[in-house]
Amino acid sequence: MAESIIRIKQAKKSFGRVQALRGVDLEVARGEVILIVGPSGSGKSTLLRSVNRLESLTSGEIWVEDDCVTSPHADIRKIREEVGMVFQSFNLFPHLSVTENIALSPTIVRKESAAVTYERAKVLLDRVGLADKAHAYPEQLSGGQQQRVAIARALAMQPKIMLFDEPTSALDPEMIKEVLDVMLDLAKEGMTMLVVSHEMGFARAAADRVIFMDDGMVVEQGSPEQVFSSPKEDRTRRFLEHIL
Amino acid sequence: MNEKTPAPPKVAGSLSASSGTPRGSFQVTDSSLIPGDSATISAWNIAFFGAIALLIALPVFRPTPFREILAFVPDGLTATFTVTICSIVLALIFGLLAGLGRIARTTIVNRIATVYVEVVRGIPLLVQLFYIYYALGPLLHLNGLMSAITALSVCYGAYLAEIFRAGIQSIPKGQMEAALALGMSRSQALWRVILPQTVKVILPPIGNEFIALLKDSSLVSILAVSDLLRRGREYASTTFNYLEAYTVVALIYLIMTLFFSRLVGIMEERLRTHGRKHH
Repeated sequence: MAESIIRIKQAKKSFGRVQALRGVDLEVARGEVILIVGPSGSGKSTLLRSVNRLESLTSGEIWVEDDCVTSPHADIRKIREEVGMVFQSFNLFPHLSVTENIALSPTIVRKESAAVTYERAKVLLDRVGLADKAHAYPEQLSGGQQQRVAIARALAMQPKIMLFDEPTSALDPEMIKEVLDVMLDLAKEGMTMLVVSHEMGFARAAADRVIFMDDGMVVEQGSPEQVFSSPKEDRTRRFLEHIL
Repeated sequence: MNEKTPAPPKVAGSLSASSGTPRGSFQVTDSSLIPGDSATISAWNIAFFGAIALLIALPVFRPTPFREILAFVPDGLTATFTVTICSIVLALIFGLLAGLGRIARTTIVNRIATVYVEVVRGIPLLVQLFYIYYALGPLLHLNGLMSAITALSVCYGAYLAEIFRAGIQSIPKGQMEAALALGMSRSQALWRVILPQTVKVILPPIGNEFIALLKDSSLVSILAVSDLLRRGREYASTTFNYLEAYTVVALIYLIMTLFFSRLVGIMEERLRTHGRKHH
């Protein structure tokens, strides 16, 4: 396997008395697509949000390439430019048009010219199949369309890693496919992806590895085939019975 | 008379019924539960046009002393508007700073802002006016007008701070997270993502504060500032036409506040439908 682009060492996180993460180790190779599954409250979202420090770990280390995310001296903004994130609730900026949503961050963070960022927004919109919605506002779009714009917005920073936090959980069933298709394309192009989701179809089609988390720990991991069809652990089996 | 309740957003006296209720996180309202627009507008019409008709009719049917009053009293409008506009502009600045301070993560900044808001909201405006004019005025060489503007802007800054704070906090947490995840700094996220959305939520309550401030500006008449109320009193004390003078003063205030409350109502309506009209 290629060198690791993300290294997570003994990640622990407590919210008051609740331990969300109890020592997670994980190495992600460049270009690897990882699906994280697990019951609600298992710490999978917390783990994902720790990678770009939307949550600060209680102890442990996370490295993205040569930068230590968890160090207090880390240039966290620079790291976040390299790590795109897609949220369950899209979180598009409602006061900005679709194009402005996508172009805002490159313009003000990277100080790229508007001509460049708007052109890139156009290309990205075309790529997620929404070229005709360039001037629409988020509230005029369906959930699936909004999520595709959110993906385009994250890609506008040209990240090396993409984090997906339950990207299809808030969507109506008929819209899930359009979002997964965009994610599949991204996976095929070699993007490193960390995906918290229960989309088995996506896992089988694109994931290199499936990680099952429960109670703040990694219980089991392996290829999608291995984890879904012949899980080793009892807890994994019981969980899979619920969602399949 | 102008004693203020500490909790923002204040509704502007009896005007709130005609201007609708502030939108956003401040008050849980359900438009279907409040009286229909037609009812509130007609109430507003009666009050507004009634006041105007009265103000026209009185000097027509009783030229003395109303013509004289109308020639004398409106001079005070200059002072009333100067005080109101200077105060609201300064109060907006204080309010934004203190409101940001209230949600700041730096403890010391947060403390200072919170203490400012608590102290100022806990002291009656009239006492603050006296304090600044009589106690601090001689030290700081403030005249009546400057004292009045200082007191009103410090006081309303505290009320507006709470509106700003509530407005900012009404924006879903995911907005800040999305902005940060894209590499923005907190201040970039604040100015480019959070505050533009906040403006929409807080404009109506800020409009109501403006109306309340316009009314409270009458307090400055005590500090030898020749505002509307003081001109009325000056006229009355020389001619003893108290009823007539104060009727005119009250009518002018009423017309102004009704006018602005309607403006706030229209603004609120615009903001509510804005965004659904992009097509």
